[in-house]
Amino acid sequence: MEVSAPSNVSLREFGCEQSLLSRPDGSASFVQGDTSVMAGVYGPAEVKVSKEIYDRATLEVLVQPKVGLPSVRERSQEQCVRETCEEALLLTLHPRSSLTLVLQVLHDDGSLLSCCLNAACMALMDAGLPMSCLFCGVTCAISAYGQIITDPTSAQEKESRALMTFAIDSKERKVMMSSTKGSFSVHELQQCVAVSQRASERIFQFYRDSVRRRYSKSL
Amino acid sequence: MSTTGGMFAVLKEKVGQVLVPGDEFCFGAEETISLSESAKPERAVCGPGLRRSGDRLVVMKSGVLRHKPPLTFWIDSQQKRYVATKGETVIGIVTARAGDTFRVDFGGSELASLSYLAFEGATKRNRPNVQVGDLVFAQFLIANKDMEPELVCIDGSGRANGMGAFGAGGLLIKVSLGLVRRLLAPNSDIRLDLEQLFPCELVVGMNGRVWVRASSVQQTLIVANLLQSCDTMTTQQRQQLFRRVQQGAL
Repeated sequence: MEVSAPSNVSLREFGCEQSLLSRPDGSASFVQGDTSVMAGVYGPAEVKVSKEIYDRATLEVLVQPKVGLPSVRERSQEQCVRETCEEALLLTLHPRSSLTLVLQVLHDDGSLLSCCLNAACMALMDAGLPMSCLFCGVTCAISAYGQIITDPTSAQEKESRALMTFAIDSKERKVMMSSTKGSFSVHELQQCVAVSQRASERIFQFYRDSVRRRYSKSL
Repeated sequence: MSTTGGMFAVLKEKVGQVLVPGDEFCFGAEETISLSESAKPERAVCGPGLRRSGDRLVVMKSGVLRHKPPLTFWIDSQQKRYVATKGETVIGIVTARAGDTFRVDFGGSELASLSYLAFEGATKRNRPNVQVGDLVFAQFLIANKDMEPELVCIDGSGRANGMGAFGAGGLLIKVSLGLVRRLLAPNSDIRLDLEQLFPCELVVGMNGRVWVRASSVQQTLIVANLLQSCDTMTTQQRQQLFRRVQQGAL
């Protein structure tokens, strides 16, 4: 089925800083408009016997909200991020060890899950963990009039009819994870996937530029 | 016939550039196959950060692609966590004594074992004087993702060769693995700059631990602070800072 989508994809301004924390093995902060997430990675480190997996590393993802304790919403975000990371990381290269990824939400102004995914990818890359590919998160909202908005703010999210977040891999631009809310048609879903794939190109280019900037001192 | 032309030219072009995980290099079948020439098949060596997958070479870490003639390629990345590799020398901390082995923390994902017989001149009677909490400079005899790592403080011929337990004094600091590799490189520019300041002793472990001792505590601390700040400075900034230290400004 041919999917047509608007050619211009608008994303809010994004920014990133790698290895900004001294204690974790890898860290990154990712900003998308006013949404901001900080990520820290620890590992490969010693693992508890109860969580040990004999042929691969155990990945644990913790999402810390801005205020209060993690609840069901955070648990579901943790699961989305963990499954995406498990797919991208080559966990079999570090069997019987643990990887811990902590995501601290600094401010939520919409597209939080995609910002978490982007921060996670940058932090994993900073920690130097073996990965088969990169991934990025893109959130699409479908407004009441059927218009697709990429990277929505919280106000746009509230007004929307449906909200979807996709994790896209850097190799074949395939969908690694999807999290959807609201009602939409199959055609709209396909349109959103196509839009996200197009948006991912820009994010991956940004990743590359940002890593290049980080290594500029050792070139 | 130059076979190097097609296959590794793409890879050589990228040397010195920053690559990210997922970047691929395809080494498909060569277009021309020479039957008359019995050319030796070329062998490329993939170092850290590169992985072979079928007929492709896949990057799995972000960093700068480096090349050493004839065909050795690797990714130079800045990371903090050490992963044990056979033959590398590290600085470990003795954390426990278990029967006839010591348990040594080297900053990896598990503790390494170090036999008390793996010291120069050690016998069943004559045990080495190593206490819990001591630092040891040792090399990996076994480092394998599926096995417990094992350290030894002797080389193949039973000599200490600079390895063993540390004496008193000195300061242990932690730096990034990239800086350690830069310090250990032949004709390292950081080491040359440091030599011009004042005499000091440096023991550099591949696991990012560096032990420093100079003639006074003050000088030891200066060297330690300089090393820790080297990571985030360009060559010019570093030389400027070293010059200021030499003039006694700090």
